[in-house]
Amino acid sequence: MILLQLFWEFLKIGAFTFGGGYAMLPLMRQVVLAHRWTTESRIVDFIAVSESTPGPLAVNMSTYIGAETAGLSGALAATLGVVLPSFLIILLISGNYRKFQASPVVKGAMEGLRPAVVALIAVALLSVAGSVFDTETMLSRANLTGALTVFVAAFLCYKKKHPILIIAVSALIGMAL
Amino acid sequence: MKRGTIRELFVTFFKIGAFTFGGGYAMIPLVRREVVEEKKWLAEEEMFDLIAIAESTPGPLAINAATFVGNRVGGVPGALAATLGVVLPSFLIILLIAGILARVERFTIVQKAFRGIRAGVLVLIASALVSLFRQLSRRAFTYAVLAAAFAAACFLQADSIVILILCALCGVVRNALAKKREKR
Repeated sequence: MILLQLFWEFLKIGAFTFGGGYAMLPLMRQVVLAHRWTTESRIVDFIAVSESTPGPLAVNMSTYIGAETAGLSGALAATLGVVLPSFLIILLISGNYRKFQASPVVKGAMEGLRPAVVALIAVALLSVAGSVFDTETMLSRANLTGALTVFVAAFLCYKKKHPILIIAVSALIGMAL
Repeated sequence: MKRGTIRELFVTFFKIGAFTFGGGYAMIPLVRREVVEEKKWLAEEEMFDLIAIAESTPGPLAINAATFVGNRVGGVPGALAATLGVVLPSFLIILLIAGILARVERFTIVQKAFRGIRAGVLVLIASALVSLFRQLSRRAFTYAVLAAAFAAACFLQADSIVILILCALCGVVRNALAKKREKR
């Protein structure tokens, strides 16, 4: 039952992720929290691990959540689910993909999807930020450390440093303070 | 010959899967080098087609690329081999790490590290958000959809998939209306 659920939910995630890795975050967050498969801060940990290991974010995240929820078979079910829609759609259109590209329906749909994805990621970012910072006592030690880390990470990001370096530096700040 | 090609597809995409960190656009240079320059499975302009297709179909770019190239070179078996190849490294590495993390996460030092990491990840999400925002077309329609989707997700807690479908429909309708106006 849990395997079927993992497969089905990640199939939906795979079918509706437009615009790369982080576009799946809002979808995944919603599903995973609704099923209580993991917590918000664990999702953020998964993102860090996925960014620091090779391979697509979507595959890494689904393998991780599947494994956490139901072991090896869970990892298989979730990963198969997330991969299957892309696989089938590409096979389906690869015969005449130029026609697919030029189709006014596809073009129109993408024009609506792009801003929607941006809005959904923005909402996800707000709620993830709420789980990282303690909203009750604003000037707690954890919040100040968090703010410092965000500041340093933002600087590194602005300097176009690699995500892995940003994660490593953030980990060091967390360990030191 | 055929079986050799299938194996080659698997090995090439296994390499791509094992050496691209972060996925997405980070992997395009490596895919190009392997698929266009080394193996000559795609011509240069087909690589652009591939990126365009990946952008307008759902799912990770890596999967789209593997399935597309695999199918082009070796039909459905080729698509299966390439896709399996690109997924397998992530799958195995994550299984390994999930096992290790489950064992070490009770240590204080690991918990402290993750507390720092979470703040860093916020910045990564924000930077993905900014770069996606910058790619949007500067049109009233875009901003209207953006605001409506934000309100629906933030204040109404609407289902993300429902929001995506409705916004896609809005785009299709808008495009159709614009075409009609042009014809007149």
